[in-house]
Amino acid sequence: MNINATLIGQMITFGLFVWFTMKFVWPHILNAMQEREDKIADGLAAAERGRHELAIAQEKVTEQLREAKTKAAAIVDTAHKKADQLIEQARTEAVVEKKKIVQQAQEEIAQEKYQALQALKQHVAVIALSGAEKIIGREVDEAANKDILDQLIEEL
Amino acid sequence: MASSTSEYIQHHLKHLSVSLGEPGGFWTFHLDTLFFSIALGLLFITTFGFAARKVTAGVPGKWQNFVEIVIDFVNTQVKDCFHGRNPLIAPLALTIFVWIFLMNFMDLIPVDLLPVMGEWFGLDYLRVVPTTDVNLTFGMALAVFFLILFYSLKVKGPRAFIKELTLHPFNHWTLIPFNFVLEIVSLLAKPISLSLRLFGNLYAGELIFILLALMSLNFTSITSLSDTSLFLMQVVLALGWAIFHILVITLQAFIFMVLTIVYLSMAHEEH
Repeated sequence: MNINATLIGQMITFGLFVWFTMKFVWPHILNAMQEREDKIADGLAAAERGRHELAIAQEKVTEQLREAKTKAAAIVDTAHKKADQLIEQARTEAVVEKKKIVQQAQEEIAQEKYQALQALKQHVAVIALSGAEKIIGREVDEAANKDILDQLIEEL
Repeated sequence: MASSTSEYIQHHLKHLSVSLGEPGGFWTFHLDTLFFSIALGLLFITTFGFAARKVTAGVPGKWQNFVEIVIDFVNTQVKDCFHGRNPLIAPLALTIFVWIFLMNFMDLIPVDLLPVMGEWFGLDYLRVVPTTDVNLTFGMALAVFFLILFYSLKVKGPRAFIKELTLHPFNHWTLIPFNFVLEIVSLLAKPISLSLRLFGNLYAGELIFILLALMSLNFTSITSLSDTSLFLMQVVLALGWAIFHILVITLQAFIFMVLTIVYLSMAHEEH
């Protein structure tokens, strides 16, 4: 346990090592640690922000979905109404058309019936005249009896 | 190698030294202490410097991770004990902790391994644990002491520092001499206790390893135990002591560091 010059050597060495550590080791590593700490803090903050934004976006999506559904329902509703309206319109038109056609047909029938009747009357007159000729056995002067004949046709 | 118990022990406690003046005088250098302490210090600054040069704020590698754990540990201690602002304190504490730990760690290397290897190269004496040299511990403690004086004068100013030394426990002018003696003793006790605590613990630790090594070297003729049982006893005891010593070397490095921080913190604060 004798004190000697080794002590001085040790003090110098110690000083140099401390200087080196202070200059080249400590600040670099501490800075890096600090930087990483900041990075992690930023990352966590960003994650929190992201989560928040996601929640907002999800809310928006739900909102828009609901809106779209309401809109779609409204569109379907109007389409139904329109379709009903079209069908109703078509039905009324069809009824009108039907009436018209029926009326026309009836008119035609009436006319044809009338014509047929006229023809039949003529024919019956002819047949009646020929029958009368046969009954009388003689030729009837047609011109002379024309007035009677016409009257007969009228009566039929 | 020495041929008797006391010679064996004395051989282990002798430094490899050169003298510039008279042999054994003040201008003697313990080459082994200087060599191992500087080598271990270089190991510390190169490995930690390597980590510092390649340091990244991204994902750290294994070595950087380890260095960061050590630095974070030291930084926590400094923040807990030291409340001023001084960029020197934390690197100083880190250097003290790691360097003393590495030097203490040499104690766990088998006591005869390096000295015997030294003999192959013609080195008569070799003490491999630098912290068992009081010159080293006192050198470090003295450096810390100078820092205490420097910061006491710088931060408090000479007036306040002298006031603290003369008027401190009893604030009355008649008691100035008494106060002064008391404060000087407590001031000088700081480096002395700091160095002797470390030296004493490590010196005693090494001495016990040397004594345990004696068992199987069978230099003791006073026991009637067989060689085998002595050998087994040595293995068990050395193992137990080495495991206990892992705690001691870490603890001593830690104590030296914390006391340095505390003393320097006291130098920065007014009472």
